[in-house]
Amino acid sequence: MILKLSLNGRPISADIPADQSLLDFLRAQGCYSVKRGCETSNCGLCTVWLDGAPVLSCNMPAVRAMGRSVTTLEGVRAQAEEFGGYLADQGGDQCGFCNPGLIMNVLAMERELTDPTEADIDEYLAGNLCRCTGFVSQKRAILAWLKRGDKE
Amino acid sequence: MLKFKTYLCPDTIEEALEHNKGRANVVLGGTGWLKMGDRSWNTAIDLKHLGLDQIEETDDAFRVGAMVTLRQLEIHPGLDTYTCGAMRESVRHIVGVQFRNCATVGGTLWGRYGFSDVLTCLMVLSADVVLAKGGAVPLTEFAAMKPDDDILTHLVIRKIPLRMAYASFRNTETDLPTLTAAVASVPGGLRAAIGARPARAERVEAEGETALLSAVSNLSYGSNTRGGGDYRRHLAGVLTRRCLEQLRGGEYE
Ligand SMILES: Cc1cc2nc3c(=O)[nH]c(=O)nc-3n(C[C@H](O)[C@H](O)[C@H](O)COP(=O)(O)OP(=O)(O)OC[C@H]3O[C@@H](n4cnc5c(N)ncnc54)[C@H](O)[C@@H]3O)c2cc1C
Ligand code: FES
Ligand code: FES
Repeated sequence: MILKLSLNGRPISADIPADQSLLDFLRAQGCYSVKRGCETSNCGLCTVWLDGAPVLSCNMPAVRAMGRSVTTLEGVRAQAEEFGGYLADQGGDQCGFCNPGLIMNVLAMERELTDPTEADIDEYLAGNLCRCTGFVSQKRAILAWLKRGDKE
Repeated sequence: MLKFKTYLCPDTIEEALEHNKGRANVVLGGTGWLKMGDRSWNTAIDLKHLGLDQIEETDDAFRVGAMVTLRQLEIHPGLDTYTCGAMRESVRHIVGVQFRNCATVGGTLWGRYGFSDVLTCLMVLSADVVLAKGGAVPLTEFAAMKPDDDILTHLVIRKIPLRMAYASFRNTETDLPTLTAAVASVPGGLRAAIGARPARAERVEAEGETALLSAVSNLSYGSNTRGGGDYRRHLAGVLTRRCLEQLRGGEYE
């Protein structure tokens, strides 16, 4: 079937199998930031935005995005690189596999929550698993990132 | 993996019911649970054109569409106030925000999952589900019914005077719960619902706290990899007491 949507601000029209997952569709479109981790909704690696809200692309048939706007890390590259710098500063990425999903959810959290507490951050990011860091260095990076305006 | 050949978005509920006859077709909620199976379906029926994605609040009730997401339930200010924060507490441990932006009320209630935090929380309210063919059915009755080819269109929560609390226990954050408990104080007495026993949530009622705790203890509890039956019975008492404490305005650790 023909799927029409906006991908990272560009209109896309593609002929896809009716049951293709959004994850497979996005990778077929060259959005390789979208990673396949657990495919059981548990790890958050496949996080993208649907009309601005974070969703799991492994958990969604691509046809559900018909007429809507999908954003992957490729669509927010500048901001992602800036936050990636904070992760690197704090040793918050080791193998780096979880980064794209984490970054998409951190940027969504920043938009959705005002002055989040550490507990709010833990809760919002609970669905983003990392096998390497133990989350502590990621958390330092996130706190530093959220406070970056204070220094300006 | 969720597999289907054709994808349909009916414009009317009658059309959706027509396509849902027989066992080869499937109604899509947020597809979280469906994806965990390996069935191949003929037609996937998406209810997204039926206007079922809103929570409407009136003086008497909340009318929640079947396509409302768990995240919508979690952040709705009216539901938060009415349930004394219990609705949010029951939902916020479920996987992660991204998952809760997908999972729906319809898929959650239709599944009548034993482990369901949401079902446990809703069981102590005065709530009905609205079925396209079957009409309004009390949630406590619906939970015990076998799934058929009907379609759930709404959940209706009637605003009776109530104070309530919710508590769950998980071995690790975001895991399925080992036990879930909700307690409400309503005119005439107390209600408790205990879920993940591991069987589906069941509601008990009593006039006072001691009788309620005894009714909770008398429910059946079973064992699985998350906990043994005796341990669950003990946990049920602990979580019920914590909820009661919260209703009295106290804190608990
Ligand atoms: C990895 C994982 C972890 C989870 N952890 C928890 C947890 O900790 N606590 C908890 O409470 N829940 C948990 N859940 C369950 C989750 O919250 C949802 O209840 C579940 O995913 C079903 O909702 P859905 O919208 O995804 O439904 P779907 O998977 O789309 O559908 C489920 C069933 O309902 C049917 N259906 C959907 N909508 C309708 C309708 N309107 N009318 C008739 N039939 C319908 C479908 O055909 C299907 O049979 C978890 C689920 C997953 C996948
Ligand atoms: S790949 Fe989607 S949540 Fe793990
Ligand atoms: S840095 Fe390796 S999984 Fe997170």
